[in-house]
Amino acid sequence: MKIARLLLASATLGLLAAPQALADTADKKIALSNNYAGNSWRQAMLKSWQKVTSQAVADKVVAAADAFTTAENQATEQAAQIQNLVLQGYDAIVVNAASPTALNGAVKEACDAGIVVVSFDGIVTEPCAWRIAVDFKKMGSDQLDYLAERLPDGGNLLEIRGLAGVSVDEEIHSGIVAGVAKHPKFKVVGSVNGDWAQTVAQKAVAGILPSLPEIAAVVTQGGDGYGAAEAFKAAGRPTPIIIMGNRHDELTWWKQQKDANGYETMSVSIAPGVSTLAFWVAQQILDGQDVPKDLVVPFLRIDQDNLEASLEATEPGGVANKEYTLDEAKAVVAGK
Amino acid sequence: MNALMPSPRLVRAALPALSLAALLVAIWFVQPRAISYFGFNLMLNLAMPIAFATIAQLCVITVNDLDLSIGAFVSFVACVGATWLNATPLLGVAVLLGAVVVYALVGALIHLRNLPSIVVTLGMSFFWLGCSVLLLPSPGGSAPAWLAALVKVRTPLVPFAILVSAALALVVHVGLMRSAWGAILRGAGGNPVAVARAGWSLLRTKVTMFALAGFFGVLSGLSLVGLTTSADANIAIRYTLLSIAGVILGGGEFVGGRVSPVGAVLGAMTLTLAGSLLSFLRISPDWQIGAQGAILIVVLALRALVNRLERRR
Repeated sequence: MKIARLLLASATLGLLAAPQALADTADKKIALSNNYAGNSWRQAMLKSWQKVTSQAVADKVVAAADAFTTAENQATEQAAQIQNLVLQGYDAIVVNAASPTALNGAVKEACDAGIVVVSFDGIVTEPCAWRIAVDFKKMGSDQLDYLAERLPDGGNLLEIRGLAGVSVDEEIHSGIVAGVAKHPKFKVVGSVNGDWAQTVAQKAVAGILPSLPEIAAVVTQGGDGYGAAEAFKAAGRPTPIIIMGNRHDELTWWKQQKDANGYETMSVSIAPGVSTLAFWVAQQILDGQDVPKDLVVPFLRIDQDNLEASLEATEPGGVANKEYTLDEAKAVVAGK
Repeated sequence: MNALMPSPRLVRAALPALSLAALLVAIWFVQPRAISYFGFNLMLNLAMPIAFATIAQLCVITVNDLDLSIGAFVSFVACVGATWLNATPLLGVAVLLGAVVVYALVGALIHLRNLPSIVVTLGMSFFWLGCSVLLLPSPGGSAPAWLAALVKVRTPLVPFAILVSAALALVVHVGLMRSAWGAILRGAGGNPVAVARAGWSLLRTKVTMFALAGFFGVLSGLSLVGLTTSADANIAIRYTLLSIAGVILGGGEFVGGRVSPVGAVLGAMTLTLAGSLLSFLRISPDWQIGAQGAILIVVLALRALVNRLERRR
């Protein structure tokens, strides 16, 4: 009797000592519903998911964490996919959505079936889902804050925008407009669409350069910095401060310039590993933690002093990445 | 030998039902919990707009034409449903009626100028897409509450989507296959010269069928926007090919006049469920399109076999 009670007590103690996450979600299954896998950013996103979740499954934090990608980037197809995931008995579905609104019906059905839905990057507006959004506007205004520090006298700016008609492009642009309003010494003298691609940006910048006065800096959206640098070089004009977007080719070029003539800039973009943050957030919700419905994920910024380390960690052709641990995810949830 | 075989005509009619049944057995085997009221509700509710779009395509294929604009048209209807129909219902209804009239006019144009329908409807698909983008430049809007409530109605015993599909198949079957008018409409596709000689207006039949296609396209778009609750200019682009595949899978042929409404609805369901099965099987998405194609090829190969049987008689 005494022994039994002792055993019981120690078992209780053991339970208390074990991290809470292990106790409650070991039998839970989480699925990733992804709408597109056709570029380096999405590939890196899926790889990060695979790496972090397979470790979590091995550690018995969750029972399964499977990734599903639709064959075509279509909202109706992803809606059907989400419904299938509901039937397959997943406890939580992490979504990178094809459309912010067209999945709402399917998301609501999943919520009604008692399933936790966490959207990230491409978020959904259905109120029952959690959203992990990137503050793209701040990504734009931060560029101007940095430039104001570097160039107290201001100057002419060239803006390279992304893909026309996509909400992300609109948001970063509005951030840049807000930044210019805050630092009125800067003036945007030209604007082109670089489609977040190196070659497109190079062509567009080369086309507009002859019509422009001296450019002090180039504000960008990521994926376009290297193309801009090449265009300035080809036109024989002095290289301005070009904000980079964490791509490997951009970081490599920056490193070469830094070694050759002490070139200084900064680089900013979203880490594809945000999928792993979404995974941990879903796990925390399943664990019964109180998580606010709208979370903002910090973007990944590279500065002069951590350039080498970041470049080293980035695969050729890839994007600088950050994978989240459970503790880091908890910090984001707590709003730190 | 022949005495033992069921008549090829029967086999042909039963093929869509048999493929659907085979698919259901496979799903039951892989994911038993999907074979339930709840499961069918989830798997088939998106089949409802596809079934409507397939019937719309069937109307056009009946008169020996092909509609490449149905996907863009359904998207347009969804956009109207999520904006005007909600904010100013009268304007919304007027626009949808106007859209059906435009469909009828397209039919008239194709007949009067003797234009290839593929070219005209391909052009129209850009027209509808342009209208959708003007109406809803970024995804959004919200479906009228009554529409969302209607498509999500929980009927007792049998899911709403199945009831609607069954009713749709029955109504179109009676109208097109069993009525005198239906015989003329089909005849206008199968043997236009004979129908014209008999004194029927080919223009009128073509306009009727295109108007019907527009009408079913409207139903497709409205049921879709009710399910998704909001729209996107590209929401149903895939429906063009899905609807053609559904008609062919259901026993229709590209020669005009040879169609089967019941088969087409079953075909639409088969295509929807095939996606679910592939997902349950955890086939990598890179292979899913290929696997979907393989299912189509298997069914069509079976049909070719039936056709050969028919010829041997």
